Amino acid sequence: MSKLTLATVWLDGCSGCHMSFLDMDERLLALAELVDIVYSPIVDRKDFPNHVDIALVEGAVASVDDEKKIRKIRAHTTTLVAMGDCAVAGNVPSMRNPIGPQAILDRAYIQNVSTQPQIPCVVVPRLLPIVRPIHEFVKVDVFLPGCPPSADTFHTALTALVTGAPLDVPALTRFGA
Amino acid sequence: MSPGVDVKTLVIDGKDVTGRSGQTILEIARENGIDIPTLCHLDGLGDVGACRLCLVEIKGSNKLQPACVTTVFESMEVSTQSDRLLKHRRTILELLFTERNHICSVCVANGNCELQSLGQSQGLTHVRLPYRNPDLHVDASHERFTIDHNRCILCTRCVRVCAEIEGAHVWDVMGRGIDSMIISDLNDPWGESSCTRCGKCVQVCPTGALFDKSKVGEAHPKYPDFLPYLNLMREAK
Repeated sequence: MSKLTLATVWLDGCSGCHMSFLDMDERLLALAELVDIVYSPIVDRKDFPNHVDIALVEGAVASVDDEKKIRKIRAHTTTLVAMGDCAVAGNVPSMRNPIGPQAILDRAYIQNVSTQPQIPCVVVPRLLPIVRPIHEFVKVDVFLPGCPPSADTFHTALTALVTGAPLDVPALTRFGA
Repeated sequence: MSPGVDVKTLVIDGKDVTGRSGQTILEIARENGIDIPTLCHLDGLGDVGACRLCLVEIKGSNKLQPACVTTVFESMEVSTQSDRLLKHRRTILELLFTERNHICSVCVANGNCELQSLGQSQGLTHVRLPYRNPDLHVDASHERFTIDHNRCILCTRCVRVCAEIEGAHVWDVMGRGIDSMIISDLNDPWGESSCTRCGKCVQVCPTGALFDKSKVGEAHPKYPDFLPYLNLMREAK
């Protein structure tokens, strides 16, 4: 049997979910026997592959770039996993929603800046008016809440996904876990 | 049971049970180890049937009834776990999560929240409805406590404990429907209100809406168990 392909993606999140994923420690070696990590912030590959069996997506959709990415990921992924509270529910990035992006940008780049205050507009993507969880844009197959989901949660969930065993997510984790 | 007590026999989830006349479905279910989830109900406070989580089916009626305020009658047949009820409970929780800004990871009640743990026990892994993201304020004017309206689910436990148990009736509800807000006195800052600083409202609050300032940054479990004892001692007096 050829190995399954695994991608991990970092949208608007803090990378804590990726840190927790790495906290699987030596269990990553056993996982590497079953899957190839083909795309990830820790893999040197620029474009999302044509086909990925499992994609773990960290972070909410907060910018036009995030939206473009999540649609592309969905189109090329068999099992899309919303990894962590930001991807599942918006979480901390969504705390700007009641205030709106303009007020946030003004605060960060104009009001609190003494030299050449300006809002960045080149290279960086435009922020969406509302930060939203990924399932409001594309179909999500598995939701793994937690901030971040624990290494044990990752291990149990990934083992189930790779082997096709049943997965009881509420028994493993919850919002804010 | 002593003679003269009006005993009702009924069936809950296929189990034959008995109760006294005037008891609610919720009371009898819990006496018999049948779990019906609740949020606004709290032992020791009057019930209002606000959260609708305890809705049950009663044979012969198309209407779902809240178990906390529905009294039993003879030969009643109650179902608490049908697919329809589980679906409604899940949706109610999703509506509560979308209504205000419940960011569990940064909430003072994270790990000690009834809404959070109910979400988990009812199998909620995500919320299918769009979030409303309302712009709500935090009133930290009180010397000891804070009210964060972002986390409030309008269960009115604070209103009831303050009026019924403390006898101060500082808290009340202003506005209607989605615009409802918990207020102190006539919508005055909590710190300038007639609050007696007893802290009962903080202990009965199921979420992180009411919290003790000294607990910020550490675990903040709530201890509402004092209520039935307090009531018992007062009755005995």
